[in-house]
Amino acid sequence: MLELRDLTVTAGNKVICDRVSFTLKEHDIFMVIGPNGAGKTTLIKAVMGVVPHTGKALLEGRELTLFSPRQLARQIGVLTQTHQPQFSHKVYEVVALGRYAYRSSILSGLTREDRDKIEEAVALTGIEHLRDRSVQTLSGGELQRVFLAQLFAQNPRLLILDEPTNNLDLQYQIAIFDIVRDWTKQKGRAALAVVHDLNLVYSYGTRAILMEEGRVYARGPVDEVLSSENLKAVYKVDVAQWMQNLLKHWH
Amino acid sequence: MIGQKAAMKKEKAGGMLFLLLPASLLLIAAFILSVSVGSVRIPPSQTVRLLFHRLFGTGNIDDIPPNTAVILFNARMPRAVLAGMVGAALSVAGAAMQGLLKNPLADGSTLGITSGGALGAVMFIVSGIQLPFFQEGGLALMSILFSFLSLLLILAFTSRVDAGLSTQTIILTGVIFSMLTSSLTSLLVTLSSDSLKQVVFWSMGSFSGRGWTHVLLMLPFFLAGTAVLLLICRELDAFSLGEEQARYLGVNTRKIKLLILAMVSVLVGISVAVSGTIGFVGLLIPHITRMLTGPGHKKLLILSTLLGASFLMLTDLLARTIMSPAELPIGVVTSLIGAVLFIYIFYNQTNKNTKEF
Repeated sequence: MLELRDLTVTAGNKVICDRVSFTLKEHDIFMVIGPNGAGKTTLIKAVMGVVPHTGKALLEGRELTLFSPRQLARQIGVLTQTHQPQFSHKVYEVVALGRYAYRSSILSGLTREDRDKIEEAVALTGIEHLRDRSVQTLSGGELQRVFLAQLFAQNPRLLILDEPTNNLDLQYQIAIFDIVRDWTKQKGRAALAVVHDLNLVYSYGTRAILMEEGRVYARGPVDEVLSSENLKAVYKVDVAQWMQNLLKHWH
Repeated sequence: MIGQKAAMKKEKAGGMLFLLLPASLLLIAAFILSVSVGSVRIPPSQTVRLLFHRLFGTGNIDDIPPNTAVILFNARMPRAVLAGMVGAALSVAGAAMQGLLKNPLADGSTLGITSGGALGAVMFIVSGIQLPFFQEGGLALMSILFSFLSLLLILAFTSRVDAGLSTQTIILTGVIFSMLTSSLTSLLVTLSSDSLKQVVFWSMGSFSGRGWTHVLLMLPFFLAGTAVLLLICRELDAFSLGEEQARYLGVNTRKIKLLILAMVSVLVGISVAVSGTIGFVGLLIPHITRMLTGPGHKKLLILSTLLGASFLMLTDLLARTIMSPAELPIGVVTSLIGAVLFIYIFYNQTNKNTKEF
């Protein structure tokens, strides 16, 4: 579905993403991992056309720069790290904004299809009980599910998740990724996720790239990319040993 | 299910009507009150009869002294209408800025746009440029242009030092920018002749001596600015979740942002040109309105125009009567109320943010 060819982002004379290439297929949950500053978030911004880049990002063979913002939003939805709502929007209003890219005249209200998609998204993310609450009163985990619902209402083919569960408890991390996994099982859908927690990567990812200082250090199926040698080389920490400490504690 | 939806729709429409009706009544009451009260007191019943006679040619006004009509139609009414328009314009502009920047403290006065506009207007006056038939218009255009430039300058600066556009950065930049432009304005006015009154006008605002010419001058700018912002209320909703989020939702953020900035400049600039800098209206009214309508911009903008117009009419009434025969600059009154509210919102906002982390 999504194909990156030598995508490169530079800021001044610093190369933030260096000739990154990969291909995303239907039903993929494609994980992008690597230490802070490896260029993961910038990569996403480049794909979405927020930061300028060279090289190509193609969706079904068509260059993403050729899409209008509206067309792009119908194809790709992005869930960002954190949300700090400054206004007391109701949960339902925030989810309904996911339909922006489909609505034409300012006079028309939500169509039946809009409403159906919104209801579907609300149900899928399990936030029915929150629909009339102000987003300013929600916990981080609830808020992230609301924005995930907005994303589902947007009904894209590809989800891009930028460290979606960073500030969340383990139970919420799992809840979010369970929902995403179910979603990607449907026809013509896939997800691309930047994730720090290697456990999440291992549990939910299908394929991955490991980035180091803007370059792709390793690529392939998750279990190959997550080899002890790869992680040690990129993170400069013996990750295997680190994880085993906790395991030992349980056995 | 369908019944439920229909009921929901009905409730929604009813909700808006429930707000629009009292707000419209308030506006009418504010208008009648502000044209009736003054050094010459006109009984509101006479005001209403005169209005009906003028508008529809109905009723008998022979018992009303003719100079009452003159005071009403030539002095007070244009002033009240102008105050109403400025109140509405500043409120809509404030609400739009707050949505665009995802910050309830953004406003023409806190960002320094009004001071920038005033500088432009004063430069035009001091330069002594004479335009045939279009003197006031030239002043207005300079004020709008400088408002726009101020806005671009402030945003370019703030986004460079702090990409997240936090409240502190925006407000601090606004304060410094205001001080700079106000002092330049005062300097220009002082260097030119007969100045003290002018300084007060450009720094505290006033509707003193404004007439129908000013109303006619402002009307097209006011209508255009308000209409355009209303047309993009959905984009404003998206922006109020953050610019990046708006972009991902499919908003053409670059284009729409420029449009919003331009319309805000038109509204703020024309207001400054006809009435000087009147602070905090754009902060106060949207804040109160949001408590009634919620943050959705369609309702927020519509109701803000009504409440903003009522508010500034009544404030102007207060400013010209409370120390009569002396007249208080209207900006003194709005700033008094607005500054207190600003502190309140800022306090709440900061508290909330620190609680989160």
